[in-house]
Amino acid sequence: MKFVRAILDKQKKYFEKGGPLEKLYPLYEASDTFVFTPGHVTKAASHIRDAIDLKRMMIVVVIALIPCIFWAMYNTGYQANRAIDPAKVSELVGWRHAILQDLGVGYSAHNILACMVHGALYFLPVLIVTFVVGGAWEVLFACVRKHEVNEGFLVTGMLFPLVLPPTIPLWQVALGISFGVVFGKEVFGGTGMNFLNPALVSRAFLFFAYPAQISGDKVWTAVTNGQAVDGFSGATNLAHIRMAESADAVNQALTWNNWWNGFLGFEPGSMGETSVLMCVLGAALLILTQVGSWRTMAGVALGTVLMSVFFNMIGSETNLFFRVPFWWHMVLGGWAFGTVFMATDPVSSAFTEKGKWIYGFCIGLMVTLIRVVNPAYPEAMMLSILFMNMFAPLIDYYVVKANIQRRLVRNAA
Amino acid sequence: MLEHYLNLAVKSIFIENMALAFFLGMCSFLACSKKVETSIGLGIAVIFVQVITVPMNNLILNHLLKEGALAWISPALKNVDLTFLSFICYIGTIAAMVQIVEMAVDRFVPKLYAALGVFLPLIAVNCVILAGSLFMEQRDYQFGESVVYGVGSGVGWALAIVGLAAVREKMQYSNVPPALRGLGITFITAGLMSIAFMCFSGIQL
Repeated sequence: MKFVRAILDKQKKYFEKGGPLEKLYPLYEASDTFVFTPGHVTKAASHIRDAIDLKRMMIVVVIALIPCIFWAMYNTGYQANRAIDPAKVSELVGWRHAILQDLGVGYSAHNILACMVHGALYFLPVLIVTFVVGGAWEVLFACVRKHEVNEGFLVTGMLFPLVLPPTIPLWQVALGISFGVVFGKEVFGGTGMNFLNPALVSRAFLFFAYPAQISGDKVWTAVTNGQAVDGFSGATNLAHIRMAESADAVNQALTWNNWWNGFLGFEPGSMGETSVLMCVLGAALLILTQVGSWRTMAGVALGTVLMSVFFNMIGSETNLFFRVPFWWHMVLGGWAFGTVFMATDPVSSAFTEKGKWIYGFCIGLMVTLIRVVNPAYPEAMMLSILFMNMFAPLIDYYVVKANIQRRLVRNAA
Repeated sequence: MLEHYLNLAVKSIFIENMALAFFLGMCSFLACSKKVETSIGLGIAVIFVQVITVPMNNLILNHLLKEGALAWISPALKNVDLTFLSFICYIGTIAAMVQIVEMAVDRFVPKLYAALGVFLPLIAVNCVILAGSLFMEQRDYQFGESVVYGVGSGVGWALAIVGLAAVREKMQYSNVPPALRGLGITFITAGLMSIAFMCFSGIQL
């Protein structure tokens, strides 16, 4: 490590005040503190003897995302390989297939390596575009506004590709992350000062601006129409249930076998959010390190259970989604990913402990409610988290106020 | 019947939120949302005015202005159509109601009166209030519906402004670029909030 330190120290004079690259100081600072613990310490009284800071918190989230990232690559490739008609492999065109042909890994859905490589060719470009474009905005704002570039962006940049379909055009990725980083975060002053989750703002922006590329049945699997096997339908589990026309059809879709596939993540969907199991692994790390709040996650789960039991009991003749039980709600769409990684975002969620319960609970209620009664959107996790992000400050306000009130009463007695 | 009213309430509070779906009542929405307490006060005032004016205008419309509405006075008047007077009548009702609310607030909650300042009398020209009456006319609401719609649209607007106020209170700790401070960032915030509110659009009731 010493020679890294030496290199960094040697460069320092160029970036310091008066140096030729003074304007790019945030870049230097970011790479320095990425490798080493920052040198500056709290000036006023501080009582925490721990190296926990924003940087370490964010990097824990990135580590917790690793299972999901692997699954994103594997499952994207797996779904594509499963859908591609083996007889038409030679007709495949495009740079991805040129690379695949050169590597000679083939298109077998049973070969883990083949799936990984194929999926990576879809996931990595999205990831790279996100980091290059989003990072450029981040650095631009950091240099002009003289704040630090920090790992907060790493998390946003990891989350965003994971919630996109594999077929998303790269220019839309660039547009979405630009909107999210600039209007979701930087206009408020950067990491820690925004009130909505920037990754979700990016996705919501794309969702409303270009619905054709981010909803429907065609976008979730990376295969073009002509080359798919006969009878291929790219519909997600969520769409299967929504499209069902009779109670029997719903019951057919809701088998334990399907549930298990949904839990493990063998279904088409946004790249990183299909596997509940991988999200649970991430959740375990987040809860263990106390970076993500278990209260929020438990709140979401509780809200979903109560609301779906409520809908099950009401029942409906016309709307078959009423009968979906809660254990199904939890493996559908982005429920698990949203609960673990999006809802627990420490910046945009509620700050108070009681508030986190209420906030999570309301997300659970909302997501079930919108899934069941709103036919316009196939999935509701993104919008219900955004909706509650918006009311999180209000929840905090009342929790704090109630606390003050309680203590006033206690001290008066 | 009850279900119908419930649907109408949900629709007017969430799906067709006055502030975040129609962007009505922006002046006070942006100007009076610096503090949660003030915004709650203004929200309640708007709900109050809305609850009274929408049904009242509904009565005026149905029993005085509409074609044939005057038949109850004398059968000779059954061809009279006074709907061209509806705007001025609505505004008159609203102005009178706002005067009453203003006096009541001044008398009973002087603190809120001071905090709301000029925006309390300005409720008279708040687009939400007039829009409430006009939507009521356009959609042919019955009296019962107009009461529910008055409550719903007022509550929806109040909810939006209180939410915005809480976000803005939190934003005091943000480091907003100087050029955007104040109204600029509030507009952006309101825009982002309405993206989040779009989760309700499309619900068929």
